[in-house]
Amino acid sequence: MAAFLQLDQVSKAFGAVTVADALSFDVPSGEALGVIGPNGAGKTSMFNLITGTLSPTSGRILFDGQDVTRSSAAKRCRAGMARSFQVPQPFSGMTVFENAMIAATQAGGMHGRTAEQFCLEVLDQTELLDRANTLAGGLTLLGRKRLELTRALCARPKLLMLDEIAGGLTDAECGALIQTIRDIHARGVTIIWIEHVVHALLAVVDRLIVIDFGRKIAEGAPRAIMESPEVQEIYLGIEADA
Amino acid sequence: MNLSDFHVTRTSPAARIAALLGALILIVLIAAPWWAGRADMRLMGELFLYLALASLWNLMAGYAGLVSVGQQAYVGFGGYMLFALTIFGGLHPLGAIALAGALGALIAVPVALLIFRLRGAYFAIGTWVIAEVFRLSFAQVSALGGGSGSSLPVGIVKSLAASRSGREHLSYWLALGSAVLVIAAVYLFLRSRNGLALTAIRDNELAAGSLGIDIWRTKFIVYVVTAALTAMIGALIFLQKLRISPDAAFSVNDWTAFVIFIVVIGGIGTIEGPIIGTLIFFLLRETLADLGTIYLIVLGTVAIVIMLKAPTGLWGLIRSRFDIELFPLRFRVKPSPQSTKG
Repeated sequence: MAAFLQLDQVSKAFGAVTVADALSFDVPSGEALGVIGPNGAGKTSMFNLITGTLSPTSGRILFDGQDVTRSSAAKRCRAGMARSFQVPQPFSGMTVFENAMIAATQAGGMHGRTAEQFCLEVLDQTELLDRANTLAGGLTLLGRKRLELTRALCARPKLLMLDEIAGGLTDAECGALIQTIRDIHARGVTIIWIEHVVHALLAVVDRLIVIDFGRKIAEGAPRAIMESPEVQEIYLGIEADA
Repeated sequence: MNLSDFHVTRTSPAARIAALLGALILIVLIAAPWWAGRADMRLMGELFLYLALASLWNLMAGYAGLVSVGQQAYVGFGGYMLFALTIFGGLHPLGAIALAGALGALIAVPVALLIFRLRGAYFAIGTWVIAEVFRLSFAQVSALGGGSGSSLPVGIVKSLAASRSGREHLSYWLALGSAVLVIAAVYLFLRSRNGLALTAIRDNELAAGSLGIDIWRTKFIVYVVTAALTAMIGALIFLQKLRISPDAAFSVNDWTAFVIFIVVIGGIGTIEGPIIGTLIFFLLRETLADLGTIYLIVLGTVAIVIMLKAPTGLWGLIRSRFDIELFPLRFRVKPSPQSTKG
């Protein structure tokens, strides 16, 4: 089966700074892929390249059988991608519910009561229902992170891209988040998840890739990757011979 | 938590009262020819036209983020089209107003393709330059009086209504109708799916694009529709003035600076803001206009004080204190009645 998302030698450089260096990998349909790597490794830049917020210097990106390398972010979203932003980007002057409604109506293609009901369900799932009428600009950082997840879910994507949504949660909240993402995965949604909270990631993903200096340095089964000496050294800063 | 305990509503008691009061005020205003004097009606007519211009500029700048200082391009264009179409095209003035709108949209398309390449302050300057190009171009047309302008022939004026009072009533109702039409159109648009997209763009373009909203297309549509309606208002303005010249038609002071003042002090990015702003602007103008230059200094001072003390304008101040909206755009999630009992 052809890959649902394929990155083919994707590179991006800002002058002398390379944020993506010949990145190539495939994500089959229905997979949950975890992405780890040190701060500044280029994980979020990779998300920006996939979603169209950045355009690559070279290389190709294929999504659902289409070459989307030159497509706008909006077009890729309508083709079925949705993401959360690591640095939350709320519609500050609108309420939490309205933020969800924008995702459901513009990206999710829903209308009227159906959209409203769907948003209520997602807000319940992400524990923001009691803040539904709060202006998004008035949320705490944690609330804004939840709103990022909410919007991504309301978009009803085929490919869900999550960028560090578990940081700062209590154990109980993290458990609930894991369950939410598992449920979405079980529905057949393809997921790419960047996360520093490794235990949350390992509870969900089928496969891991490791990024450093814009390069893919390892790829494989989660446990094996986490235990490999090169990951221990580069990602966790532990000497290889220790 | 049971989701059937919640429902979503877009109205509120305040909005229902506002709608009722609005309807009553509208009836009183429609009946103005029977209770208001000639001078008052002329003043109110001018007020309604400014209200329409301000509501349109607010849609463009406050929601689509297109801060144009060149809307006088379309006011003047509409005015000149009224003169050209009635004098040379032999059209009835009302037909000419409608056609001026269509032509305004047409001319806005290439203008938008040009100036949409500019961002922020450069966009603002670009719109002003375009307006100057319009002014200089119309000053070259000798058939329309060139730089000194021309007057609307008596025959065309009389085709509107035979008697003077008939014409005055008609132009008052046209001004009132255009303000009501513009506000209703803005309100209905903002309530629609596309209006939600536009509001999202206002708040965060990065997130809006990532949620499938075509930012360029949305802004383009807003710009072109705003241009068309502004041209129609321009035609109406010069139907009342009966005389047009390039300097009056493309005046940045009259058609843009005052409009920005109205929107900013009233509350940019809200439907209510331009209404409050227009009332305050006319109140200041009518009480201070005799003072000459001091009047403009007072206007500037008021604008500076409000921008510093209430950056969201007077309506922003009221809204944040009382959490009300007269034109209900918000979605509100409320507990359903049956669940509050149990």
